[in-house]
Amino acid sequence: MATRSRIKTLKINGRDVSAHEDETILDVAMEHGVFIPTLCQIEGLTISGACRLCLVEVAGWRRLVPACATHVEEGMEINTDTERLRNYRRMIIELLFSEGNHVCAVCVSNGNCELQALAQRLGMDHVRFTNLQPVRLVDMTHDRFVLDRNRCILCLRCVRVCDEIEGAHTWDVKGRGSEARVVSDLATPWGDSATCTSCGKCVNVCPVGALVKKGRAIGEMVKRQDFLPYLSNMREVKK
Amino acid sequence: MMTYDELTDAAAEEIARQQGYHQCVRVCMAAGCLSQHHDAIKLALEQAVKDQGRAGEVQIKGVGCMGLCAAGPLVMVEPEGVLYERVSPEDASEIIAVLGSEPVQRLVCPTDVPFFERQVKIVLENSGVIDPESIEEYIAAGGYEGLNRALTELSPNEVIAELVRSGLRGRGGAGYPTGLKWSTVAKAISDTKYVVCNGDEGDPGAFMDRSVLESDPHRIIEGMAIAGYAVGANRGFIYVRAEYPLAIERLKLALRHAKRNALLGNNILGTGFDFNLEIRLGAGAYVCGEETALMASIEGKRGMPRPRPPYPADHGLWGAPTLVNNVETFASIAPILRRGGDWYASIGSETSKGTKVFALAGQIRNTGLIEVPMGITLTEIVHEIGGGTPNGRQVKAVQTGGPTGGCIPEAYFDTPVDYESLAKLGSIMGSGGMIVMDDSSSMVEVARYFMEFCMTESCGKCIPCRVGTAQMYRLLDKFSQGRATTADLDLLEQLCDLTLNASLCGLGQSAPNPVLSTLRYFRDEYLARLLPAEPALAPAPDSPAA
Repeated sequence: MATRSRIKTLKINGRDVSAHEDETILDVAMEHGVFIPTLCQIEGLTISGACRLCLVEVAGWRRLVPACATHVEEGMEINTDTERLRNYRRMIIELLFSEGNHVCAVCVSNGNCELQALAQRLGMDHVRFTNLQPVRLVDMTHDRFVLDRNRCILCLRCVRVCDEIEGAHTWDVKGRGSEARVVSDLATPWGDSATCTSCGKCVNVCPVGALVKKGRAIGEMVKRQDFLPYLSNMREVKK
Repeated sequence: MMTYDELTDAAAEEIARQQGYHQCVRVCMAAGCLSQHHDAIKLALEQAVKDQGRAGEVQIKGVGCMGLCAAGPLVMVEPEGVLYERVSPEDASEIIAVLGSEPVQRLVCPTDVPFFERQVKIVLENSGVIDPESIEEYIAAGGYEGLNRALTELSPNEVIAELVRSGLRGRGGAGYPTGLKWSTVAKAISDTKYVVCNGDEGDPGAFMDRSVLESDPHRIIEGMAIAGYAVGANRGFIYVRAEYPLAIERLKLALRHAKRNALLGNNILGTGFDFNLEIRLGAGAYVCGEETALMASIEGKRGMPRPRPPYPADHGLWGAPTLVNNVETFASIAPILRRGGDWYASIGSETSKGTKVFALAGQIRNTGLIEVPMGITLTEIVHEIGGGTPNGRQVKAVQTGGPTGGCIPEAYFDTPVDYESLAKLGSIMGSGGMIVMDDSSSMVEVARYFMEFCMTESCGKCIPCRVGTAQMYRLLDKFSQGRATTADLDLLEQLCDLTLNASLCGLGQSAPNPVLSTLRYFRDEYLARLLPAEPALAPAPDSPAA
């Protein structure tokens, strides 16, 4: 079962580290306690590379690369925390806040929200952009869950978990650009969905208060994501 | 089973039949002229020939684009080489009546002008000359000779070597060396490989690919079959946007003819090489011109880009190594194989070889399609070939490379047109759209227009592009209305920097180009639209008006 994997040596923030060739920069950084902010990435689902928060600098490379989607290479010199990156990350969080309704004080996920935690950690204390105030509908048709698209950051974890883990592919995206919305089935109410199994995986992987359980008050919605590595590890072993 | 010799014989017969006519009247049947009811002109000409009893002498032939769309509908009379412009169905009987004698002076379009004389036609060599619906005419014009040479005389590696010698670079915009791309796919080890033609031309004002597909569809098929042989692929896809119905129709017909003549399918020309081609239609998303989004779309998924690497050459359609080139690139392949890589490399500039097709649009007299050698200057294109502005106004700038390109001011018009020089000026070669603007254009409005395009065409996957373009659009709107502050200018520049460096795909990475290039060359126009600086102390709201 044990397949051979070559070992690469590289530097992260000036520190010498070693890694398997099939590991990503993010894997190695996490292993060595180096913090790289992420939002769309979650262990157990395919890589999306969409949020761009995990961009890092590699010496001699022209472009910034997403740590989640870039494999290690011999002799890489990676910088994960420069003034430029900190600026970009803060601005990306600002853009997200400008795009929807992210008023923590009235949110069921207050205190348990990855976006909120990142904003605090990255020092985003105000938003310089005008709020775009898009028209986004709330779907409360499901018996147990709610989708509030105003809080959605389009990380597409729900789409991936439903397709890749649950195998239902209830969720997908409709529209382009600022008009992009997560929809169930063919943009029909979630409660009428013929494919949804009501497993709740989408709710648990959602990093914000967009997908939540009904009947929760402010700050009461706590997500549990430990099922995901467990399920994906089980599949790996079975293979 | 047809051999190549039998094909050329059949083509020669067709030519002999056509030479039985004294005259040939070529009518442009590409979309530009068709939009002016050119089909009615063809019918009227045919009727006139019948009425005047010259059915055996005069041939009326529908051909592809002749280039000078501004003067359309166009009609060409051979062998005299008389070009008629702005023809209407009422002119038909007069044109036919004077055949062989003095042409109809009021309709004659001079052809001894720079627009025609400065062009070098390789990709467009058959456009406006042959009937795009006839495979015999294509073969008679040297078509499929390149494929035959590749299959019977060259090994796949030799084909690639020929291409490397030619110096051809990708015509989709980025200018990646085509030979290098082909050799990368050829080296990939896999039972299945694919060849994909990117015909999802979506830049406003650009119609190079449409014109090639409409005027000479077999050229693409031949280029792709050669590519399939060179890289070891047996299956290909032509991805065309559904907004090009005529191109699709002609392509379908060409595919049928090619299959029937053993130029596609199994055992091509009896050489044992198999290559099958299918058409896939785009559903209107600009981002599907990005290769990873295009492949997702071909696979039947939502057309969204994914991070590269892995590049398509390694992990493309359904995970197999895939060669993706654009229409114009594939259109250049057959002539290179027919006439050799050295011949092609002798045209163009040091770093950019060959010719490039440009679509001239905007405030320019000779709107239309041109093919010029690389390295020609913008002055030559805009002032000589293009004929300057139609109203005599001063040319202000030219926007190259579509919505994600940049605006180049007139002061830099002596720059040679090649990939590096345009990039140095903050623009890109892009697919070949050129929009000329005169001094009445506001550059802030231009930037706002292109940003609106990028905003609505962003797929919505990555945040810098999805929200960044929307916020940049809001800021440009403030400038446009004269409500912007210096803080807004600063924010706009920061957003440009973020979107350029942090976006996932080429759309986001180049979306700020119009803003950056207009800020670079026309900053005063932005500054002129700033709100007057706030007075140090604003008067209290209830203070009496001065």
